[in-house]
Amino acid sequence: MTNSIREIENVPVIVVIGSNTSESHPVISYFMKRAVKKGSRLIVIDPRKIELTRWAARHFQHRVGSDIALLNAVMHEIIKNEWYDREFVDKYTDGFDQLKETVSGYSPEYASGICGLTTDEIRELASILGKAEKVALFYTLGITEHITGTDNVRTCANLQMLLGNVGIESGGVNPLRGQNNVQGACDMGVLPDVYTGYQKAADPEIIKKFIEAWGVKSLPDSEGTKIPAMFDGIHCGDVKALYLAGENVVMSEPNQAHTIKALENVDLLIVQDIFMNETTEYADVVLPAACYAETEGTFTNTERRIQRVRKAVEPPGMAKDDWWITGEIAGRMGCDMGYGSAEQIWEEIRQLTPSVSGITYERIEHEGIQWPCPDIEHTGTKYLYKNGSFPKGRARFYPAEWKPAAECPDEEYPFVLTTGRRLWQYHTGTQTRRCAGFDEIHPEELMEINPEDAGKLDVKDRDYVMAVSRRGKVKVRVWVTDRVPSGVCFMTFHFHEACANVITNNAFDPVAGTAEYKACAIRLEKA
Amino acid sequence: MEKISLHIDGKPVQAVKGNSILNAARQNGIYIPTLCYHPKTGQAGKCRICVVEVEHMPGLQVSCSLEAKDGMVIHTNTKRIAETRKMIVELYLSNGKHNCISCEANGVCELQEVAYYLGIEKSGFPVVEKDMPVDTSSPMIIRDMNKCIQCYRCITGCNDITVNEVLDMGFRGSKMTVICDTNKPMGKSSCAVCGECVQLCPTGALIEKKAVGKARAWETEKSRTTCPYCGVGCQINLHVKENEIIKVSGVEDVEPNYGALCIKGRFGYDFVHSSDRLKSPLLRKNGKLEEVSWEEALDFTAGKLLEIKKAHGPDAIVGIGCARSTNESNYVMMKFMRAVIGTNNVDHCART
Repeated sequence: MTNSIREIENVPVIVVIGSNTSESHPVISYFMKRAVKKGSRLIVIDPRKIELTRWAARHFQHRVGSDIALLNAVMHEIIKNEWYDREFVDKYTDGFDQLKETVSGYSPEYASGICGLTTDEIRELASILGKAEKVALFYTLGITEHITGTDNVRTCANLQMLLGNVGIESGGVNPLRGQNNVQGACDMGVLPDVYTGYQKAADPEIIKKFIEAWGVKSLPDSEGTKIPAMFDGIHCGDVKALYLAGENVVMSEPNQAHTIKALENVDLLIVQDIFMNETTEYADVVLPAACYAETEGTFTNTERRIQRVRKAVEPPGMAKDDWWITGEIAGRMGCDMGYGSAEQIWEEIRQLTPSVSGITYERIEHEGIQWPCPDIEHTGTKYLYKNGSFPKGRARFYPAEWKPAAECPDEEYPFVLTTGRRLWQYHTGTQTRRCAGFDEIHPEELMEINPEDAGKLDVKDRDYVMAVSRRGKVKVRVWVTDRVPSGVCFMTFHFHEACANVITNNAFDPVAGTAEYKACAIRLEKA
Repeated sequence: MEKISLHIDGKPVQAVKGNSILNAARQNGIYIPTLCYHPKTGQAGKCRICVVEVEHMPGLQVSCSLEAKDGMVIHTNTKRIAETRKMIVELYLSNGKHNCISCEANGVCELQEVAYYLGIEKSGFPVVEKDMPVDTSSPMIIRDMNKCIQCYRCITGCNDITVNEVLDMGFRGSKMTVICDTNKPMGKSSCAVCGECVQLCPTGALIEKKAVGKARAWETEKSRTTCPYCGVGCQINLHVKENEIIKVSGVEDVEPNYGALCIKGRFGYDFVHSSDRLKSPLLRKNGKLEEVSWEEALDFTAGKLLEIKKAHGPDAIVGIGCARSTNESNYVMMKFMRAVIGTNNVDHCART
């Protein structure tokens, strides 16, 4: 997030696009709903009638995967009516002319044909956003999990820059991150192209810095691979060993058959986890890890806040801290990392990472600090780019053209399947399904289907159907509901008994490497 | 912040302008008992336990609702106040089933605390035994309205803090009680099971079902940590007794969540103690995963990685880190792949 969670309560217009906030980030939804009670206008842009729409002033129910077309048309109208923040654009940005040219091709009439909203609705949305004193935009995986995910994010940023809503309190472009430390894992450089704090792995100066700090002879200068390419690498024989520290990829990666085949074919599969799961089945070696309640350290939340994790109980049996396990493997490969505590590791991190240099365990004992925090006197950063202080001097518009999903419905596969989460379970269910009460509330997968479609297929609420895609099929119970529009189905990946990722598409965004979980084509058969 | 000067119990004190008398007293370390007031739900003016005397003002004043003004002379503990408070608490005790022996709130119950402060052993009024059925329909929360003192905290929490808008006061007169939706059992209502009501309840009227019978409040120790589910990073307390998490509460007064949680953060903790937890390293032998020592598992892993690195080069090895694990562990994973294996082939599930 460019901004902070607590700022939400003072946002005049809140835009939520591609985020099922009240189910996936419930506590952030409390802030949004409180803002509505205080007079904010909540605008939900989502193909599904998600629960948050109950509190929304307007719900714009566009088609799955039409975000760029819709937002470009909105920007077209904002520019045409001169509702944009000319001062901000002139003073702080580059590329406005290209943006103007690109969005000029997106008249409301043209975009309407793509996104399914009426021209009046598109103009209304443009008017609400264009005339607002301030807008804060929130998105989640509904924006990123498309083959155009990077362009979707850029389009959200274009809109907010055009409106001058960046670098101000209670504004910004705010991705809500879905896992407790997904922000931290990125910040720690667990990415093929960067070291900690997004220091470029291809930069010779950065490589030199880490060679010196770590006391190693060399560090790789070749480009690393992202997860989709890792699995493809196994399939083509380039990759021989996979060290998997805590991801249940069989359930969480798209196109399950493709994932399983890779796990079967890889020479060495090392899995480090807290439970046996669908992925450990294929492991050559399984290493038992301590969980959050059994370890010391830090997590970084969606608003860049670094917070303490503390050991409350002993790990079961021989389970050990993740860092201990990795360090022991390193030691046996001739590199003694020599870590004795999490704090010692953090001290090394902050010395090598300018964005968190000022954060110590002592300073975050009571309350976390938001990076950037470059020195020990710095109190952290509530919102980024204050007064136009962009990292590269000026912010750049990256206009994008709309492209359809990799797989669109056709005669054979007439439905769009989109996927997500429910309030009552979490991810691949390895944790919540082992907690008493959760399966009592939501015991099995329910695929949402519109009443009109259910009628045509002659299926009733809670009937089983077979959902079939080009990659597989899954037997699942239906929930007949107008939460989804006609032509769209919705599933989650919480239940191994009926997991959406058996049928999802593993086509991915070429820049980010994120798969198109949010759109694939399926057909439904009676089961 | 502008300050005002006033006298409380004969002592000259200062307080921040705009505060209630209650808060002015609390800022100066002066105890005024309350039942309905909570810093998060604010003044309620329901319980009247917090009454004080203010010179030149008639009668008793409700300190949570009256603003402290410059020059005020306030008494918090006169005989009249003590008698009034005692009467109110005795009325509460006479109206409901306030039996502490096996109550989960014993030791943290605010009604019990006020009764103790006032030296009340039992109510001087005849006890009107309530006999409302206990609502156990929710898988996570038990509602015993016989212990409810109608402070409205849960209602304010549900409607104004987490805005799930489930709880309200229903019925009239002696039948008045907190209801879910249109008086549905909690488990059949639109309750989002965030547990904010449980956290705010001053008595044992709302309790965590999974914690029942596991520990008295004074037997547990609170360990402050960060929620392991989504990216909000809610601050939580794990209540631990003998190496077991008994329950979870939200940490009040700190960002980002100010005490509020969701169903997963508050109730999704018992996987930690699941008998399914991996307790030993496993190594595949003759096609089956078998329990082995750390030495054997680590020697095998390191040996195999060295073998593959030698035969196929470092880029034949890929590593996937964990968005659920700590920064420190992720850093070590990243360092391991780059410095020990010698590849940039490191990624994690940010993309899934």
